[in-house]
Amino acid sequence: MSEVTRAEVCVVACADAWRGDGAVLASAFGVIPTIGARLAKATFEPDLLISDGEALLVANALAYGSKEKQVEGWIPFRSVFDTVWSGRRHVMMGATQIDRHGNQNISVIGDWSKPAKQLIGVRGAPGNTVNHATSYWIPKHVSRTFVEKVDMICGVGTDRGAADLRRVVTDLCVLDFEGPDRTMHLRSLHPGVTVDQVAKNTGFYLAIGSDVSESRLPTEEELRLIRDTLDRRSVRDTEVRA
Amino acid sequence: MTTDKRTTIDAVVAELRDGMTVGIGGWGSRRKPMALVRAIARSGLKGLTIASYGGPDVGLLCATGKVAKVVFGFVTLDQIPLDPYFQRARQSGAIGATEMDEGMFYLGLLAASWRVPFLPTRAGRGSDVMRVNPSLKTVRSPYGDEEVVAVPPIKLDAAIVHMNRADAGGNAQFLGPDVYFDDLFLSAAERRFVSCERIVATGDLLNEGSFHTLRINRSMVDGVVESPGGAHPTSCEPDYPIGESWLKDYVGSAASEDAWAEYRAGYVDTSEAEYQRAVSGR
Repeated sequence: MSEVTRAEVCVVACADAWRGDGAVLASAFGVIPTIGARLAKATFEPDLLISDGEALLVANALAYGSKEKQVEGWIPFRSVFDTVWSGRRHVMMGATQIDRHGNQNISVIGDWSKPAKQLIGVRGAPGNTVNHATSYWIPKHVSRTFVEKVDMICGVGTDRGAADLRRVVTDLCVLDFEGPDRTMHLRSLHPGVTVDQVAKNTGFYLAIGSDVSESRLPTEEELRLIRDTLDRRSVRDTEVRA
Repeated sequence: MTTDKRTTIDAVVAELRDGMTVGIGGWGSRRKPMALVRAIARSGLKGLTIASYGGPDVGLLCATGKVAKVVFGFVTLDQIPLDPYFQRARQSGAIGATEMDEGMFYLGLLAASWRVPFLPTRAGRGSDVMRVNPSLKTVRSPYGDEEVVAVPPIKLDAAIVHMNRADAGGNAQFLGPDVYFDDLFLSAAERRFVSCERIVATGDLLNEGSFHTLRINRSMVDGVVESPGGAHPTSCEPDYPIGESWLKDYVGSAASEDAWAEYRAGYVDTSEAEYQRAVSGR
């Protein structure tokens, strides 16, 4: 099998975020988290619930972009809120800005009342983060995203009542919230990435212990599933280039 | 005989007034009552407050200067993440905004629909939704110590939604995967209007979907308009998918004043029949 790509390392890092979750709704925003959630379900976390992003729960290992769904349930948006508020969900969201406590912004850049840039809006981030497990996926780890202070707190951080912040997976590394005062902490570096590279691209003081490991590589089975079943068209490479 | 509520796009728009709060059904680029939105866009109405799980409905009304304020949790065209006209209106300060968690928005519609003063939730706590909505209050549980957000009702002067089928009395049917919150938009409103792909006889409502799809009954509706293609360029599954290329044209029209003038002349300042003729060729 050809060499493992950075995108594939990211897929398994995302998948690992759902490890041990059992029968919760695994919601993913972005290509690589979507493939990651489906990979987790297809391998080590078979009880996860996966939606098609519209209104159906899908039982099979659904390929990215495929419509070959084996339907196992109906989850219209109203039921998604029921699930959010029940706590039986682990979402992986994106972030335009995120601070060291995991406060996240997807609403505006600049002053909210007259923003320099209007983004998508707070969406479900406030409700998600106070109700259930939340992780983040940042496809481009840059200091413009990892900021000292976010312009609008959408998803709340560990210092503002987050229910359960788990991981931040980026194209460079995996972070968790096991730093001092539950701040962001470098958990593992993707193969080929240095500590300096991560520190230089992070706009706040990042807790880095002596315990930094290397992010794990996909197993043979995981690679086969990613390449031959879940993402035959390599859409993952459009999000993290090889 | 039950009351015949069939009406026209223009008659619905004639019921709206400057400054009204109008709720618009659908979700993002899915099943938006775009024929009615286009008619509002070319009307003389102004100063509207629009409450919406926002898509091109919000953007088009911003582009045509109809909007004083938007009540929203997001505005997105889905595959195209951001709406250029909503962005421009916010960034120039041309419109006001009430931004909240999308689940809070649901509870606001539900509170209006149930006629209760608020509904409690944890959503919003700790976030800047509280900062940018200074009137938003929290309340302590009378049964314990937990402090929760008290979401006030989102009361609507009028609501417009688009469904797959309806009968002349206003019983309306969704045949796609999700009713979204269309039933609650109607229940939260004083004046309630449904456009649909096709008006059918009451006896034919179960020909295409089970009784579970009859989420909207005629007590929730004041007027019904038959408007085939009335959600275009948003989706109306299973009748038609999202018109991606049309949404791209809409976004592309924000590139210059000339592009917008051309788009507006071709797809907004024209009758609905002409709009449908214009888009049927591709």
